[in-house]
Amino acid sequence: MITLNHYLVLSAILFSLGTLGVLTRRNAIVIFMSVELMLNAVNLSFITFSSFLGNLDGQVFVFFVMAVAAAEAAVGLALMIAFHRNKDSIDVEEFNLLKW
Amino acid sequence: MYENLWLIPFFPLLGSIINGLFGKKIRNEKIIGGIGTAAIVASFLVSCTYFFRLLDDSEKVHQKVLISWMKVGNLNLDWGFLLDPLSALMIMIITGVGSLIHLYSVGYMHGEDGFYRYFSYLNLFCFSMLMLVLGNNAMVMFLGWEGVGLCSYLLIGYYFQKKSAGDAAKKAFVVNRVGDFGFLLGIFTLFWTLGTNHGIWTLNFVEISEHGHLLGTGGVVTLITLCFFLGATGKSAQIPLYTWLPDAMEGPTPVSALIHAATMVTAGVYMIGRMNGLFAAAPDTMMVIAVVGAATAIFAASIGLVQNDIKRVLAYSTVSQLGFMFMAMGVGAFTAGVFHLMTHAFFKACLFLGSGSVIHALSGEQDMRYMGGLKKHMPYTWITFLVSTLAIAGIPGLAGFFSKDEILWWSFASNLGSGWIWLVGALAAGMTAFYMFRLVFMTFYGKERITDHARHHLHESPFVITLPLMILALLALIGGYVGVPAILGGSNHIHHYLEPVFGQAVERYGIATGHYSHALEYGLMSVSVGIALVGIFLAYTLYIKRPELPAQLAERFQGLYRAILNKWYVDELYDVLFVNSTKRLGTFLWKSFDVLIVDGIVNGAGKLTRGVSRAMRYSQTGFVHNYAFTMVIGVVLALAIFAFRH
Repeated sequence: MITLNHYLVLSAILFSLGTLGVLTRRNAIVIFMSVELMLNAVNLSFITFSSFLGNLDGQVFVFFVMAVAAAEAAVGLALMIAFHRNKDSIDVEEFNLLKW
Repeated sequence: MYENLWLIPFFPLLGSIINGLFGKKIRNEKIIGGIGTAAIVASFLVSCTYFFRLLDDSEKVHQKVLISWMKVGNLNLDWGFLLDPLSALMIMIITGVGSLIHLYSVGYMHGEDGFYRYFSYLNLFCFSMLMLVLGNNAMVMFLGWEGVGLCSYLLIGYYFQKKSAGDAAKKAFVVNRVGDFGFLLGIFTLFWTLGTNHGIWTLNFVEISEHGHLLGTGGVVTLITLCFFLGATGKSAQIPLYTWLPDAMEGPTPVSALIHAATMVTAGVYMIGRMNGLFAAAPDTMMVIAVVGAATAIFAASIGLVQNDIKRVLAYSTVSQLGFMFMAMGVGAFTAGVFHLMTHAFFKACLFLGSGSVIHALSGEQDMRYMGGLKKHMPYTWITFLVSTLAIAGIPGLAGFFSKDEILWWSFASNLGSGWIWLVGALAAGMTAFYMFRLVFMTFYGKERITDHARHHLHESPFVITLPLMILALLALIGGYVGVPAILGGSNHIHHYLEPVFGQAVERYGIATGHYSHALEYGLMSVSVGIALVGIFLAYTLYIKRPELPAQLAERFQGLYRAILNKWYVDELYDVLFVNSTKRLGTFLWKSFDVLIVDGIVNGAGKLTRGVSRAMRYSQTGFVHNYAFTMVIGVVLALAIFAFRH
């Protein structure tokens, strides 16, 4: 049987993978992709609970999350374009001017 | 009836404020001097009104409370004024002599830079002194007490560009402060013992006279009165706190006349008179007062014998005469003490103002060795000076004779006095006659030893200066006739006048002259006059007939001469005993405590912040992944706490 726990564990694993990606990868686009992965993991959690509790609220919230994800991706990409103009690279390890 | 007593101190206060705030802009000497003088003259007129009204009044004690000052627990203080024969006499002296000195100052201080400052301070002084004598409770008196000390500092240090003047001002203030400490202890002890032991919580003088006897005659009253007397020694320049007065001659001469001759230094005598009930109840303190007074009288007279600065001689003379006043208070002759206060104010102010006239005419020369023969150049100054000198020497007929003689008689005859005190007093009186006539002979008679520089502007002083001299000399001449004793056929008006103030205590504690024959009284009187004449004759011999003698005597008795010329090295003694150790303590507290510890703590706080931040700044790596990682750690921690709590 596929129980609630299976979905939640899957969601957790996806979230962790996304976090790992954010913390480890150097390419800014890959970091954005990892963030999207984290958001989708959370979406999975919401839908799971919606299905198992018989409440539509979870699915409604997924719409909000997706809208936010889209907006954030747009802004992030615009930010990266601005960086690229300055440094000719989108390696986040090179953006370290605010250090001591 | 006595509704407007408050006007008396108010006018000088107003004058002081106007001159102080606007004087620099006004700039016109006549207006500034006019405001200052008008203020004190207005006070004088009001004082006259109340003085004469009081004479006709059968009720002799009047209080006027303006407004409450503070009410804290059992302490109930008012801004109140007390008019009785004693304070009425004092306000007449202060405002009367004060008016003359203000007028004199308009002429004397002509051309000075800080003209407005001088008049502002002088008016402020008059305000404080009037508050001192008119206050109806010990705290208002103390306010005036402190105020006159402050104004003394301000006026002695008037020529503040001169280091010696600044030093003298500081010395006056610090020595006064030691006395003030005693005064405060007296107030506290009085309030506390009267309150806790007898349930009467008051500092009001009328209530203290009424209930003071409850304190008995033992250790408590002695302690209280000794503390107050310590205050008096500071303010009135007695042993041991007299050293500031000779140095105070750094101030302008009218200041010396007003503050250090006529008024501030008499505050101690007034204070004893005001609280005579307490003092009469403490015979031990009275003995201390009489002994200190007599000792100071002869000690200061000895120093005055050989001083060469004209103002120094007068300063030591003041200390000595104050000694006489305390001698009188100490043997229970309160009226005599206050009488001498009054006559002394007249002739000493005249002497100081006269010396100012001489100094002014000689373009600043103060050393008597460079004077002489001024009689024909300055006739008015000479004659007023001579009259005042005759008064201070105690020549019969003039004011000083009656007051000084009464003091000497009481020193001998009072049940609190003794023959020894009389003897010391008589000797001091003889020395007084000697050094005062030495002053007169060296200044006005004999060969002219004036330098060319001084001779330039040698002239009799203008009318605005000689008029006060003449008025004061007249008072020195006739002022004594209010106190002609019975054996000379008078009715001693001043004794009856002050009876309501002193009578009760004198009667209760049995202060009286013993039963001596009139012959003895005449005898002692003749002895004191005789001693004075001997003093004058000696001065004449040494400074007119055979002027080479003083130098020869100084040669023969070199050690003694140098000791008295150097004021018996008392200042040096105080330096060793008190001043040096205080300076060392101050330096220690400065270098070891203030610089090391206090500055250390303050700077240390700054250094600590710098150190911590130097360590903490390494967390700003600029590395985005580090920041993200920190956020993840935070979330994990929050979740963990949440999970394990529930």
